[in-house]
Amino acid sequence: MSTLRRGQVAHLARLAHIDMSDEELDRMSGELDVIVDSIKSISEAAGDDVPPTSHPLPLTNVFREDVVGQTLSNEEALSGAPDSADGRFKVPAILDED
Amino acid sequence: MTTTATTELMTFDDAIAKYDPVLGFEVHVELNTKTKMFSAAPNAFGDDPNTNVTPVCLGLPGVLPVVNKHAVEYSIKIGLALGCTIAESCRFARKNYFYPDTPKNFQTSQYDEPIAYDGAIDIELDDGTVFTVEIERAHMEEDAGKLTHMGGTTGRIQGAEYSLVDYNRSGVPLVEIVTKPVEGVGDRAPELAKAYVTAIREIVKNLDVSDARMERGNVRCDANVSLRPVGQEKFGTRSETKNVNSLRSVEHAVRFEIQRQAALLDGGGEVVQETRHWHEDTRSTTSGRPKSDADDYRYFPEPDLVPVVTDKDWIEELRSQLPEPPAIRRKRLKADWGYSDEEFRDVVNAGLLDSVEETIAAGASPAVARKWWMGEVSRRAKADDVEPAALGVTSATIIELNELIEAGKINDKLARQTLDGVLAGEGSPSEVVEKRGLAVVSDDSALLEAIDGALAAQPDVADKIRGGKVQAVGAIVGGVMKATKGQADAGRVRELILERLDVQA
Repeated sequence: MSTLRRGQVAHLARLAHIDMSDEELDRMSGELDVIVDSIKSISEAAGDDVPPTSHPLPLTNVFREDVVGQTLSNEEALSGAPDSADGRFKVPAILDED
Repeated sequence: MTTTATTELMTFDDAIAKYDPVLGFEVHVELNTKTKMFSAAPNAFGDDPNTNVTPVCLGLPGVLPVVNKHAVEYSIKIGLALGCTIAESCRFARKNYFYPDTPKNFQTSQYDEPIAYDGAIDIELDDGTVFTVEIERAHMEEDAGKLTHMGGTTGRIQGAEYSLVDYNRSGVPLVEIVTKPVEGVGDRAPELAKAYVTAIREIVKNLDVSDARMERGNVRCDANVSLRPVGQEKFGTRSETKNVNSLRSVEHAVRFEIQRQAALLDGGGEVVQETRHWHEDTRSTTSGRPKSDADDYRYFPEPDLVPVVTDKDWIEELRSQLPEPPAIRRKRLKADWGYSDEEFRDVVNAGLLDSVEETIAAGASPAVARKWWMGEVSRRAKADDVEPAALGVTSATIIELNELIEAGKINDKLARQTLDGVLAGEGSPSEVVEKRGLAVVSDDSALLEAIDGALAAQPDVADKIRGGKVQAVGAIVGGVMKATKGQADAGRVRELILERLDVQA
């Protein structure tokens, strides 16, 4: 049964600023359904008495001391950027936030 | 989006008569740790763009964040100072959104498990009225990069062709402090807004966990305002005014929103739940984006960071490091110094509490410390348009000036000239007095010469004094002070004049 409606996929695409055609939305809804259904099988294994966990390892308080370490140079930082100017990353203007 | 149509406003008094404002604040505090929240990049302001960055700050594939222990401790200290409960266990969460200020497409924050919750602080307004503001939570998160919009007008996003991004700020530790709804403040709402942000700023500065410089964005406030008809319990729809970045503008923004929403509601309209932007130049807000599906952040626990667990020993150790809270310190100092409410408030508002305290601790009387800092020093600071504390006057200077006056070596007028010299870098007050030859003329024979001259110049006044009009002596004193270029002790001059004329004071 379809769990992800097409509208939800369109919504996610809009949030991610991804332009998707109708055909792509149809295909993606189907593909994501398969993934969601697979993950759903977890709920069969975990009953109400099992608290949800976000970390499978019994670790807490993994900290770093507040000491400055190695940084990238400006050239290194920008080396993977598709475009840059004035030592900064250059990106398209995005209008829906300020 | 930026139509400049004039917004209808109701007068503030009318708005408050009809509507009851409910406020809420989200204050972001940048911590002054040496490094960022999740990486060893320096947390520094003003450096060349994209130089204080590591692969973690840039969200490069495969990186692993590691939590800065100091940032956690600073956050706990803030929580304790706000009277919060510190969580025994808390975790980080991803707040997902797509915008170039975060290269990861999410901000690492806390969601359902903040490090601190359920606090309260008392906020005192100028007239002494106290409101208790309840704190919902204080959570840890990271700051975003800085965008500069290019190609449009004056750096604004509207009409911009592209944006430039500097990730130096990306990952700087933040604590976001969220209040519960603040009710029952009525017409004091704008004042309370300012006083609340002032108090938070003061607290984090006092804890030394933030530089707390609002002009640098170390403390940033989002102010939520809603109105409900007086007598109604249910909250109205709120607006959220973003990034109100000075104490004065917090007050103005709340006032503006109350007036705007009141006019809207009164005209039969509805308040839209939306983000609004504050404009300092026009002292008004404009609509940003509606709070709608764009706010669908799809939080989920951060799988790359393990939970933070606190224990009693750790918390108590941090609690023992807390300085005296600013409000309590002020009460103590005011009582110790014996200042009136107004005198004390003036000192606080001038930002001179530390200077006055230091001067008194160094041996000056409270009255002398206040006289100098609030008088001559403040006057000069105002003339030079700088903060009085930044003028370069030290408590040692003030104490020495006062000693010179009390020893009769200089008078108030000469003391001011002495201060000129000190500020001009001519040395200590004694050295300036020496170099400039400012000492009062204390040699009676020199004074008598000047007195005789003044009496001869104003024989009618001299007669009046002889006739018993002792108050007329002021004119003669004035003549002597003029003749000695102010370098005489006026009290001694007065005595000598009366002796000379053989009149009993």
